[in-house]
Amino acid sequence: MTSTTTKSAYWIGVRDGAPFILVAAPFAVLFGVIATEAGLNLFEVMSFSFVVIAGAAQFTALELMLKDAPTIIVLISALAVNLRVAMYSAALTPYLGKAPLWQRALMSYMLVDQSYALGQAKFENSPDMTVPERTAYFFGTCTLVISAWFIFCFLGAALGTQLPASIPIDFALPIAFLSMIAPMIRSLPHLVAAIVAIIVSLLCITVPYSLGLIIAGIAGMAAGSHTEVWMTKKQGVTQ
Amino acid sequence: MIDTGTLWFIIFTLGIGSFLLRFSFLGLVGDQPLPEWARRYLRYTAVAIIPALVAPIVALSNETGSGPEPIRLFAAIVTLGVGIATRNVIVAILAGACMLGFGLFLFS
Repeated sequence: MTSTTTKSAYWIGVRDGAPFILVAAPFAVLFGVIATEAGLNLFEVMSFSFVVIAGAAQFTALELMLKDAPTIIVLISALAVNLRVAMYSAALTPYLGKAPLWQRALMSYMLVDQSYALGQAKFENSPDMTVPERTAYFFGTCTLVISAWFIFCFLGAALGTQLPASIPIDFALPIAFLSMIAPMIRSLPHLVAAIVAIIVSLLCITVPYSLGLIIAGIAGMAAGSHTEVWMTKKQGVTQ
Repeated sequence: MIDTGTLWFIIFTLGIGSFLLRFSFLGLVGDQPLPEWARRYLRYTAVAIIPALVAPIVALSNETGSGPEPIRLFAAIVTLGVGIATRNVIVAILAGACMLGFGLFLFS
């Protein structure tokens, strides 16, 4: 880890990750503010962010806790929102699977959307990188994003209690979620998944224990998946 | 109000769960690829679960919780529309927040 190439790989990662501070910071501030408004103290807010490091999952858990959903539903929903990290883990394994176990464990802890996206792109385009270089690059991409996540979360939590009551904080969460979801809608199957999930969740509003969310989520995933299969088949026919 | 014991239970269980999801392949499974149907389902988890969570909040946002509150509904549509058009998270948040702020200032 001391050779010049691994060091420079780390710094390239830091540089590539820098712009993502702008993406992580607003969510971190929002989480800090909303969690504080929900009655969590500073220590609880920071522990939450430190232990979980997953914006969407944290927002989901918070929202469901405020709705008094059963603990099991809170956990299932928040983990479902976070399921995509298992996909990231699978995608990066061919590149990083040979690193020492402690490094893989540490990389797993820091595996977020940004580090996955940067890592995947870099490793694909630079097949000559050694495993230590890839590992260094990966840690580089996480350094600023995850530091920003903690720092801005802290600022949000500190700010939270001082916000004037007239600010409609109740709606900060839907806005955060909607802004998060918009760039994820990249194709027709994504759009179909989102629309089906919305319709089913509205139909399931009266289903108890927030189970409607799980039903709607599964319906949306199935719809997206089947649309994708259908599109691939159609493409096969026209070619 | 959220119960402290429940909160800590959720924080730690979620932390362990999230870690295991991240460590799953990198640490445990190794090089074996996921079956294609599983990868396909996983691709759509976030785009399904998050809208499903937001839809009822927006649809029942009025004071009695019986229907949508027009300004909030409009702010939600603006956030989503601007987000899809610009692919920029910060611009989308600002657009939604400004819409909500001005709307509430003008009409209430």
